[in-house]
Amino acid sequence: MTTTTSPVDNGVNVGALLGAREALTAMPEAAQFTWRATCEWVSGTHSRSRVEGFFGLGEEQSHKTEFTYDADHPEIFASEDHGATPVELVLAGLASCLTAGVASVAQNRDIQLNSVTATLEGGMDIQGILGIDPDVRNGFSGIRVRYDIDADATPEEIRAVVAQSQKRSAVYDVITNPTNVTVEVN
Amino acid sequence: MRNSTVVLGAGHAGLAMSRCLTERSIDHVVLERGEVANSWKTERWDSLRLLTPNWMSRLPGYGYGGDEPDGYRTMPETISFLERYADGIAAPILTGTTVTSVRRTDDGYEVVTDRGTWHCQAVVIATGACNIPNVPAVAQAVPAGIDTLTPNEYRNPDRLAEGGVLVVGAAATGAQIAEEIHRSGRPVTLAVGEHIRVPRVYRGRDIKWWMDACGVLEERYDEVDNLVRVRNVPSLQLVGSDDRRNLDLNGLTGIGVKLVGRLAGIQNGKAQFSGSLPNQCAMSDLKMNRLLARIDEWATENSLDGQVEPPHRFEPTRVEAAPSLDVDLGGIRTILWATGYRPDYSWLDLPVLDRKGRIRHDGGVVESPGVYLLGMPFLRSRKSSLIDGAGDDARFLSAHLASYLDHAISRPGLAVRTA
Repeated sequence: MTTTTSPVDNGVNVGALLGAREALTAMPEAAQFTWRATCEWVSGTHSRSRVEGFFGLGEEQSHKTEFTYDADHPEIFASEDHGATPVELVLAGLASCLTAGVASVAQNRDIQLNSVTATLEGGMDIQGILGIDPDVRNGFSGIRVRYDIDADATPEEIRAVVAQSQKRSAVYDVITNPTNVTVEVN
Repeated sequence: MRNSTVVLGAGHAGLAMSRCLTERSIDHVVLERGEVANSWKTERWDSLRLLTPNWMSRLPGYGYGGDEPDGYRTMPETISFLERYADGIAAPILTGTTVTSVRRTDDGYEVVTDRGTWHCQAVVIATGACNIPNVPAVAQAVPAGIDTLTPNEYRNPDRLAEGGVLVVGAAATGAQIAEEIHRSGRPVTLAVGEHIRVPRVYRGRDIKWWMDACGVLEERYDEVDNLVRVRNVPSLQLVGSDDRRNLDLNGLTGIGVKLVGRLAGIQNGKAQFSGSLPNQCAMSDLKMNRLLARIDEWATENSLDGQVEPPHRFEPTRVEAAPSLDVDLGGIRTILWATGYRPDYSWLDLPVLDRKGRIRHDGGVVESPGVYLLGMPFLRSRKSSLIDGAGDDARFLSAHLASYLDHAISRPGLAVRTA
């Protein structure tokens, strides 16, 4: 009887990523990226954000197409609910970033993923944003992420992949560490 | 007789190299800014002991002859150990000699010191990895009235003001100092970033015994996935003590130390901490368990299972459900930066530094021919950072150096002081 081992394929081109790391180690200025979004008020609490261009590898780049994201608030906030709330988009951003990391790290460690589902909850006391209690912060009191992962690996190996994806995640860093934000009016 | 090499630094690495050079009849001088074992004498805290057991500090031609092989040397014992070694190998040391410049000349290298200039064909840099304490940029935002210090300045808790202490960094240094300061009655907040948890004793044997036996310490620099990473990992959370106790975050929590995430900023009189503490602890536990699994596997393969205690695992690191994300610095009198060290190469006038100020080298062989580096983390293997690792590295590099001298233009009477 012969056994064959199929190569691990999570759809991540790890070779290209490692090549990029090597190239950018030698040329750190090319590693300087700027990400952009524009946002236009539609009506009420409804707004529409667009992303297309960004800067990286020393020059202007752009997505294959423009992406748009509607954001609004649900009807219990007396809004018309034309889209996700901005804080839900933050959760989506965190989930997407971590999940991309899970796929990449698993690929790099030769772990075949069969399914990956992240479920996120962000607790929030809205007395903060409503200005009811100045001791309550506006943002999340905490974020809980739960992963259900079916992969050809031991539970410890899967946990290690998820831990490493947090270590290398941009959005995880954005959320867990302070960032200076400057807002100007033209 | 050749007379050709200058060794910089009379710590364990420089001494090991001196011994290897003497064995090869390579004439050399060891230049030392202070005295033998200078950093151990002047830059360590009182309670510090080596993290490795006595039997393990093996240097070329020198081992442990005492009756406490499993003990851990105090600083005075470490100093006298190195002094005895220096005497025993009759190392040609010039103490009190500070190097101010090393540069290339037409026929080799010029080493300028405050006590004259040497010309030589080969230079061994054994000035150590821990010359300058790293202090994060956020230190500039520390409010007036808070004392700040680095581990090379710290001696014991009694020298600190009464009141709360923020210890930044939880590798061996930060964890050890946090423990003794907290026990002195000064409540400690410990900012925890990446750290490496290991038990002091596992299955009845010192963790260093296992790491030595099962080959972890032998892992070579040219066989690891990410050399930059392994050269920058923090020191193992260990302490050398008579009772061989563990030093870990659970123990610190148990005595009342408050754990917070990595220090992320200081604003409006508050220190802000990263929300990454749960993951930092989870990663550390996973890494420890991988090491223990490797040890168990090796023990089974080598039929040790009946002879040592059975395998077991340690309680996962306990992290509060919602660790504090900020601390009011009004309650903090002292901040101690246990955030690592970096070498000082301000005197090195050779184009061998990378953009981060590190010497470019291949396992200790520096790009500039005839220049060698010794005594750095993962220089040639995982044990390169240990006293015990200096021997193998010095043996290899002295052989390389000898071969270099054989092929270099033969010039008599080098390593001559000219001023």
